[in-house]
Amino acid sequence: MSRHLLGLRDISVTQIQHLLDLAQSYADGERPAGILAGRTLMTLFYEPSTRTEISFELAAKRAGAEVVRCDVDRSSVKKGESFVDTVQTLEALGADAIVIRHPMAGAPTLASQLVRCAVINAGDGMHEHPTQGLLDLLTVRQRKERIAGLKVALVGDVLHSRVARSAIWGFTKLGATVTLVGPPTLLLPGPREEGRGKKEEGRIPSPLPSSFFPFPSSALSMTSSLEEGLSGADVVMALRMQLERQQHGYVPSLAEYARHYGVTARTLAYARPDALLLHPGPMNLGVEITADAAYGPRSAIQTQVANGVAVRLAVLLWALDTDERREPPRSLRELGAERGNEGTRERETIRERPLSVIASGSEAPDTESVIASVAKQSSVTPEIASALRASQ
Amino acid sequence: MGLLIRGGRVIDPATGVDREADVLLAEGRIAAIDASISPGGRHRVIDARNLLVAPGLVDMHVHLRDPGQTHKEDIASGTAAAVHGGFTAVACMPNTIPPIDHPTVVEYIQRRATSTGACRVLPIATITKGRLGEELAPIPTLAASGAVALSDDGDAVKDAGLLRRAMSYARQVGLPVIEHSEDATLSNGGAMHEGMWSVVLGLRGIPSVSEEAIVARDIVLAEDTGARLHVAHVSTAGSVALIREAKRRGVGVTAEVTPHHLLLTDEAVGGYNTDAKMNPPLRGQADRAALVEGLLDGTIDAIATDHAPHTPEEKRVEFDSAPFGVVGLETALSVLLTRLVRPGLLSLMEVLRRLSTTPAAILGLAGGRLELDAPADLVLIDLDRRWTVDPAVFASKSRNTPFAGWELQGKAVMTIVGGEIKYSELVVEAHA
Repeated sequence: MSRHLLGLRDISVTQIQHLLDLAQSYADGERPAGILAGRTLMTLFYEPSTRTEISFELAAKRAGAEVVRCDVDRSSVKKGESFVDTVQTLEALGADAIVIRHPMAGAPTLASQLVRCAVINAGDGMHEHPTQGLLDLLTVRQRKERIAGLKVALVGDVLHSRVARSAIWGFTKLGATVTLVGPPTLLLPGPREEGRGKKEEGRIPSPLPSSFFPFPSSALSMTSSLEEGLSGADVVMALRMQLERQQHGYVPSLAEYARHYGVTARTLAYARPDALLLHPGPMNLGVEITADAAYGPRSAIQTQVANGVAVRLAVLLWALDTDERREPPRSLRELGAERGNEGTRERETIRERPLSVIASGSEAPDTESVIASVAKQSSVTPEIASALRASQ
Repeated sequence: MGLLIRGGRVIDPATGVDREADVLLAEGRIAAIDASISPGGRHRVIDARNLLVAPGLVDMHVHLRDPGQTHKEDIASGTAAAVHGGFTAVACMPNTIPPIDHPTVVEYIQRRATSTGACRVLPIATITKGRLGEELAPIPTLAASGAVALSDDGDAVKDAGLLRRAMSYARQVGLPVIEHSEDATLSNGGAMHEGMWSVVLGLRGIPSVSEEAIVARDIVLAEDTGARLHVAHVSTAGSVALIREAKRRGVGVTAEVTPHHLLLTDEAVGGYNTDAKMNPPLRGQADRAALVEGLLDGTIDAIATDHAPHTPEEKRVEFDSAPFGVVGLETALSVLLTRLVRPGLLSLMEVLRRLSTTPAAILGLAGGRLELDAPADLVLIDLDRRWTVDPAVFASKSRNTPFAGWELQGKAVMTIVGGEIKYSELVVEAHA
């Protein structure tokens, strides 16, 4: 049984809480050694990534899974192989989970309709980046000890941001309010019926009706005033500004943008004195964020990165439905034997598929090799915990 | 020897007739309509009791993909789909490969329609050469060869000066100019309606103003030139308001709407359903309501399917990569009967009028009416027939419908073109 993680809109509050709790246990230093032994994770990234891809790989390796990277630039994608065929090929080769980053919204959703293995969205177009959303939530929860009741400001290119979409769902589901702040051209399109031609000065109605949120409609608002948007904020998230936005006429210039919407040590003063500063990375220093803010006392940006591995570990275990079986701790030998059996069962499921391509050489690993790989993995120091301690 | 349709409920929107009668077809024409016609021994007889007998439907906006993209559809399969849906005439858009911008292409289509077509095929020619929006197509020659309208469908004519001159020519030859109203700079590479759902799905939005800006421009150009403007597939409340106001002023403008824009909203795209991806896109709930209202009050004249076949392989891709368009010929009548007529939103007579009499009049065709000596183009409809849309059994080569799985009530059960039965689910008795 495998589960897909396509977006935070699709999963329940309970599931989000569960993933955060699980991730926290790894952030606290719990070792996942061997729990994914015999499982294969494949990453399929159609866009470049540092943090996301590496932290998925690290997470998988720490849990003992095999990790294969499908290098899009050197694979059959270059020969024109379609996305659909590529995903089905990876499953036929024995993937238990496929992690997908794609420039087009909905690509992981499409993949999830075609395969039985788990599909994890690592960022699709302007849609969602759910593991980023989870690590943002985890970071805030660690520092603020709660999400409910917090005021979160997302600043910048909200329109094109998948990080913003996941943050909107994640934070509002857990009871925070979210304010979107940016130039009018980079906010979300407002509802047309009420909005056109008679917008109140300064206030822009929320593009999403209250029926979308488990909490009152005040959960989401938009403003083009940085001061108004940041005022009273507990969390400020600066969004990455794509450099080509200027060419396409969304902003007059990056300098103009930075002057009015840049998050700096000075403008951060609009927020609460104890406000937390987040940024999904990679940063354009001097555009959406300045160094004095990014490396200042309120910044939790390094913590976000460090939490990435813990969150992705939790997501992998959840997606492969192994999270409930973490407790009680078992001996490595028991564990290995069980994983081996499960591996066999997995292959049988794949064999039932109408597509009759079966991975060769993908027999379940024997107990000894599992133990060996577990032993190897468990020697890795969990840097997550130490990084966390350092940044706090 | 003729074909006698006995005991049906004869409905003719052109004259408002709605009564039980027999209809005799002979030599491709309607030979008699009377309360009771004697079989006389020489006619084949169709028992039409409990069936509607209506003028054959006319779809003024289809894509037959022939020449050039016959893996999606061709004239044989497209017209087969048409008669399955009760259509006896279709006007085909010129965005073929090559485009219908030369009389030889018009003639090719006419010849293929005669040899392989199940219904009448009326070519629409391009406004500009190559459909490129740069130079005028040979409009008088195209008109003389049999083109029934002019359109660069798929795109609007960007150059307003060129369109103004094209309209002058169109007026001269008496053809309507059909505009695909879309300002590409406002659509900005969008894949669906700009609104709540584009925000949620993270897809680039096509704003309503993209359509309305061109509708507004074209209305003033039509007013200026005196040309007949026909707005294709109206999709927004703002366009309906613009057209309503223009008609009030006496501008020569007509408009069409598709069944999918009348019945669906952008919510149907949820889950990245590429069979709900078309251009113009499915809009919001307020737009949908305005389209139904516009159809009711006559602002919108005709219903057309914008039948746009694409293969499953072409549609089973990332949403952004999928081509725009859905098929509609085999579902149009039934979805309208089920969702507009049954709930009482629109009368049966009105729906049939907008599917036959009105589009025939806009294109200047003889059909769309049940009168003595009119072409024997008819559809027999079983209002009670229940069926479920199964794209796998479509006569079209393509399956890209947003209505898959819909349970419908009411269906064309026989389609007669020029006195010949081209589609039938009924028994025809050769009378002794």
